[in-house]
Amino acid sequence: MVWPRTSAMPERVPVRKTYKLFIGGEFPRSESGRSYPVEGAWLARASRKDVRDAVRAGRGALDGWSGRTAYNRAQVLYRVAEIMEGRRQQFVDEGAPWDEVEAAIDRWVWYAGWADKVHQVIGTVNPVAGPFFDFTIPEPVGVVGVAAPEEPALLGLVSRLAPVLAGGNVAVVLASEASPRSAVTLAEVLATSDVPAGVVAVLTGYKAELLPWLAAHRDIDAIDLTGAPVALLGALEEAAADNVKRVVRAEDPLAESPYDVAAFLEMKTVWHPIGP
Amino acid sequence: MSPVPVLAGQPPVAAPQAAAGWVRAGPVDAVGLEARAAALASRSLKRATKVAVLELAVRCMDLTTLEGSDTPGKVAQLCAKAARPDASDPSVPPVAAVCVYPQLVPVAVAALAGTGVKVASVAGTFPAGLGPSAARVEEVRFAVEQGADEIDIVLDRSSFLSGRYARAFDAIAECKDAAGRAHLKVILETGELGSYDQVRRASALAMAAGADFIKTSTGKVTPAATLPVALCMAEAIREHHAATGRAVGLKVAGGVRTAKQAWQYLVVVAETLDGGWAAPALFRIGASSLLNDVLLQLRKERTGAYASPDDVADA
Amino acid sequence: MPELPFPLEYAPAREATDIVQLAASYGLFIGGAFVAARSGESFMTVNPATEEPLASVAAAGDDDVDAAVGAARAAFPAWSALPARQRSKLLYRVARLLQDRAREFAVLETLDGGKPIKESRDVDVPLAAAHFFYYAGWADKLDYAFPGRQVRPLGVAAQVIPWNFPLLMAAWKLAPALATGNTVVLKPAETTPLSALLLADVLAEADLPPGVVNIVTGGPSTGAALVRHPGVDKVAFTGSTDVGKEIRRAVAGTGKALTLELGGKAANIVFEDAALDQAVEGVVNGIYFNQGHVCCAGSRLLVQEAVADAVIDKLKARLATLRVGDPLDKNTDLGAINSRAQLDKITSLVDAGVEEGATVYQPPCALPPRGYWFPPTVLTGVHPSHRVAQEEIFGPVLSVLTFRTPAEAVAKANNTRYGLSAGVWTEKASKVLWMSSRLRAGVVWANTYNRFDPASPFGGFKESGFGREGGVHGLAPYVRNA
Repeated sequence: MVWPRTSAMPERVPVRKTYKLFIGGEFPRSESGRSYPVEGAWLARASRKDVRDAVRAGRGALDGWSGRTAYNRAQVLYRVAEIMEGRRQQFVDEGAPWDEVEAAIDRWVWYAGWADKVHQVIGTVNPVAGPFFDFTIPEPVGVVGVAAPEEPALLGLVSRLAPVLAGGNVAVVLASEASPRSAVTLAEVLATSDVPAGVVAVLTGYKAELLPWLAAHRDIDAIDLTGAPVALLGALEEAAADNVKRVVRAEDPLAESPYDVAAFLEMKTVWHPIGP
Repeated sequence: MSPVPVLAGQPPVAAPQAAAGWVRAGPVDAVGLEARAAALASRSLKRATKVAVLELAVRCMDLTTLEGSDTPGKVAQLCAKAARPDASDPSVPPVAAVCVYPQLVPVAVAALAGTGVKVASVAGTFPAGLGPSAARVEEVRFAVEQGADEIDIVLDRSSFLSGRYARAFDAIAECKDAAGRAHLKVILETGELGSYDQVRRASALAMAAGADFIKTSTGKVTPAATLPVALCMAEAIREHHAATGRAVGLKVAGGVRTAKQAWQYLVVVAETLDGGWAAPALFRIGASSLLNDVLLQLRKERTGAYASPDDVADA
Repeated sequence: MPELPFPLEYAPAREATDIVQLAASYGLFIGGAFVAARSGESFMTVNPATEEPLASVAAAGDDDVDAAVGAARAAFPAWSALPARQRSKLLYRVARLLQDRAREFAVLETLDGGKPIKESRDVDVPLAAAHFFYYAGWADKLDYAFPGRQVRPLGVAAQVIPWNFPLLMAAWKLAPALATGNTVVLKPAETTPLSALLLADVLAEADLPPGVVNIVTGGPSTGAALVRHPGVDKVAFTGSTDVGKEIRRAVAGTGKALTLELGGKAANIVFEDAALDQAVEGVVNGIYFNQGHVCCAGSRLLVQEAVADAVIDKLKARLATLRVGDPLDKNTDLGAINSRAQLDKITSLVDAGVEEGATVYQPPCALPPRGYWFPPTVLTGVHPSHRVAQEEIFGPVLSVLTFRTPAEAVAKANNTRYGLSAGVWTEKASKVLWMSSRLRAGVVWANTYNRFDPASPFGGFKESGFGREGGVHGLAPYVRNA
């Protein structure tokens, strides 16, 4: 909530919110000590070291998150929607229109329901020409960097983040630069639901400054450039080549599809002989 | 003694069921084993049984100190606690044994004289067990000469994990010879073995080589004792007993801190083996902080109120 | 065998029953409310562990069935037209409410049916919630369930369920039917109606519109009236093969869609290269879980001759540690037999087995004086031609046969009119795959048994029925081309 500045002394002085980063389940300020003014408030301005810390926390949380059953992940994600529902007013106070908030919650529920089903749609048993049992099973790609769309800030973020998590990955999110408060509110939701610490990091700041570090980071497995400034795309994709990151950019940032979950899954094929 | 390649996963070859024993060490399904251990852990005990089980836990305990900083004073203090665990309650029985490094054995022997508490010593270049054979055997002999009743040695994991089973077998057999009248516990260091199949195989090998007890851990490595590992070893003991008629004991050590854990291990033993194993002759818990938790639980069962850690002396 | 130095007595860790509020009598659940049966008839449901009556339950007559089908038909247009996303969220609520009231449902299930509280608490109730949760998520994703195919619901589904997993079977039936937009008339089993009636409460609390689910309690005539009702588009039945065949005949020529989940006589096959101790656990779980009242129970142990003696010895030792008794005691492993009728059937089949030449082993067991009880039983020396090798006993009775080679195991396992499930115990992965490709069974469990999951399709071959429940395949029986 951003309170309008006024010279008249109100009866009650409200306590103003500090908008911080979300890393490793906690809300630190940027290690650089910087903030930037946007929408009448000061938002933390993340640095490359915050990116580094977020990736490290994500990597540490990955095994625990991807090792859970799909059902468990689905329930955790459903609970995120429960908490979002309870904070609808806060999302509105932080700048998102009512119908966008409701659409975001419903979309989050939709993706939660894919966590324990996507394998049945994109996994296969393959009829190879020999006495072998051959199956292809999707697995999480790992640590995913996400550049969230500039707008609509909340629905765009949910549309890109939920499929990453539904697939069992962890995420380092760069929020909408012009409208970051929805992302910070979502971080509070994540912190108070059952999502383990480190699974999602939410960084606010300047995309042009941070994206190159994200794209070049060798311990990130995939990067979603849907919300990246178009002018930077070429350089970012080049940087991503260094560790052959998977690069994803959605044609329609607001589409919903199990193939958005599949985009962050690796296909593993296993063979085994069949014989007495 | 002829070396025994332990035939994992194969049916038993028609073989002399003698001490050199070819013993089947079958594969273990981890998911099934862990599910069974979890089911056993959820048994609830009747109150009267709880008290009896807690007292049994005390009687089966090996109070242990194996630190580089152990002094005669530290060991004597531990022995006093071992002989009389609860100063205010003489009905609490003494523990089974005190376990120390070889140099401290005489201190323990003197302190425990006349108490019935045994003196156990680690030996054989504990905890890695990778010293030269002569040094390992000499250490065992030394500890026994100093008065140890029981010897705890480690399995040579370096040989075992590289498939040199005969070497691992021989290392145990020669320590068994050197131990003479003292009983020999072989520590498998299950946390290093990597799978329940290996735990099963190591158990079979140690028992075939003459171990009187098989023990989970040195306490220097985590994970140490766990319920599924104890179940796996108990099943191996059962198999060995069925094949040879010899009853080998089970010792769980490392990470056993609460009375609840102690009785869970006892349930595993009671339901997998038989009543004969629920006694110090065939079941031990190697612990240090466990004793006080058991004493506090005993107090609670007696008085009805939760006790405070200050109510019992430090070991 | 030396006794323990003290009796290792497990506490009668008796689950308190006061969480369950039983009414003296229950009506039918039609059009969103409990109503008196027009038939005016009722029956008692009893606790099989004590023979105490629990409540009086309405017995639906033909007019009542007609009213229920009418309510389902009336509710169908709005329910099927509801945006799928909303239907999905309503069903998620049901799942969460089942989790909120888990203890209440578990205790009720044990009281009404006799199964150990450990099972109703750890298996039945959590799985029921999971089924609603899983299928809630399919409701708004049907575009992806059938590649190249647009689907719509069938209409009114008549669902008749058995007494062995009353709540879980209700969940298996309701969840996929509702998720795909159908409305339902559910008929619970005569001896176990109570958990379905409590579920009606949950459905109402979740705001499912009136008439979407209707529950008609009663006996065989209620079920018969329901499946024959012309207003029903789809019939789903789980129960005995004989009744399944009757239903098949009854709906012949009517155009009604039909799925059947019937009986079984599963072979649980143990090879010499199995992890034997875990295999014994699996065999025990396979036949004594839920007192053997399981259609997919591993009721025939096929053990490779080389390890037969060892396995049978381990089995007998393990049986001695099974605790039979008060189902509300958390330490109980085997509860009560569901009814006097079932107990008589089990007894007579075991007697037949003995007459045929099998040897009976039963561990010494102190059975409670009242209630319906049968000790865990093993019949050795059984041959394929024996009745106890062919007929479904549906009780805690294991028939043991031997085999020499994998091919022989397959032949013996398949030599039955049933084909619901099978178990294979071997550490050799290629043999697992070879066996499972040859076993004529809809579910093959390898190195495990009696594992269920809403994501995993379940159903039989041959006279064990047709159709699948669970997984994406479980949606198919409830839809047609759009």
